Amino acid sequence: MNNWNFQELHETPSQTGGPYVHIGLLPQQAEIEVFEYNYDNNLLKNNPQGERIRLEGQVFDGLGLPLRDVLLEIWQADTNGVYPDQTNPNFQGWGRTGADFTSGFWSFNTIKPGAVPGRKGSMQAPHIALVIFARGINIGLNTRIYFEDEKTANAQDPILNSIEWAPRRQTLIAKREERDGEIIYRFDVRIQGENETVFFDI
Amino acid sequence: MSQILLGTYAQRNTDDHPPAYTPGYKTSVLRSPKNALIAIAETLTEVTAPHFSADHFGAKDNDLILNYAKDGLPIGERVIVHGYVRDQFGRPVKNALLEVWQANASGRYRHPNDTYIGAMDPNFGGCGRMLTDQNGYYVFRTIKPGPYPWRNRINEWRPAHIHFSLIADGWAQRLISQFYFEGDTLIDSCPIIQTIPSEEQRRALIALEDKSNFIEADSRCYRFDITLRGRRATYFENDLT
Repeated sequence: MNNWNFQELHETPSQTGGPYVHIGLLPQQAEIEVFEYNYDNNLLKNNPQGERIRLEGQVFDGLGLPLRDVLLEIWQADTNGVYPDQTNPNFQGWGRTGADFTSGFWSFNTIKPGAVPGRKGSMQAPHIALVIFARGINIGLNTRIYFEDEKTANAQDPILNSIEWAPRRQTLIAKREERDGEIIYRFDVRIQGENETVFFDI
Repeated sequence: MSQILLGTYAQRNTDDHPPAYTPGYKTSVLRSPKNALIAIAETLTEVTAPHFSADHFGAKDNDLILNYAKDGLPIGERVIVHGYVRDQFGRPVKNALLEVWQANASGRYRHPNDTYIGAMDPNFGGCGRMLTDQNGYYVFRTIKPGPYPWRNRINEWRPAHIHFSLIADGWAQRLISQFYFEGDTLIDSCPIIQTIPSEEQRRALIALEDKSNFIEADSRCYRFDITLRGRRATYFENDLT
């Protein structure tokens, strides 16, 4: 180590969340009642403005098998494309869930976000940031969820367009369907192999 | 003083972190991307993050000794863990959500999938949470977790450790890791710790015995500081929006 440089700190290194990540982050899924107020996958609690949607999917490993111990979090803007801060008590913009221990299915109840400004005066297509943590994953994997019914906006999105391999962009587009009057976006994550989801260094 | 305009977070130094594919930690083999991560220029999405209200916290949320106690105290070593959360430029990280989880004194987790023979403790839950204060300081109290065996190689043992998670000011700072306890001889043989490439960074996960902060006839104390990525200030063009 050279000593003549100024001292900057190094980021604390990441470690896997491990198989029991639920104990700390979703205690109720581990059947632990400790907290009066628990964080969860319902972003609609305070009746925010906007179109109600359900996001759901599975996360697959390199053999095509679903991860049944994965933890997911989303971060998104409100219906007007504004990221919530303390001044918006109706919408926190964030939620957390665990895949079902048997099927590996996960879901969030939320609203569809509005378009958010991009860099240098550009606009980003509506999107939701997603991070996944699990046993075997040494550092949280960051990706983004876009919507298949936003074709025009997606075509101009600066982040999607920064992915040089155009076919890989499709891995970030959630598929829209309607079920019992509910709007569902299906988003599967493939960690490894064919149709591997794009992951970002953000 | 005029208001400081913040730019983006400094880029993550990937050499300071484990790579995704680390065959010595076997589960990573099928759970690591084959493609390289795609680096992006940060937008509002990456520099914002949720806020958590202190109103949602219970009085014992940071006291793992008492927050699940039913008919008595949990069995094990009483310890206090404290420290500061800063960014890489040394600034305190305020009001960050710090969540922790761990095994009990036997090395047994309160989780449906843990079947280790080590005894459960009916008075220990194993999770807690807190917000850092205006100085970036946090403190919680717990039972020191025991090491536990796991099936990587057949006779693999984790050192005693506490898992932790941070949600701070920017989504780009989102971090989950684990800290260890000074002097544990299992640290040198742990394949999960060995995923971290440098000795200095491995040491950054070891909580240090803080003797002058032991509480007589009550609790010992460990000191553990955490560093998150930091944002640069902007004095010329602001390209973020």
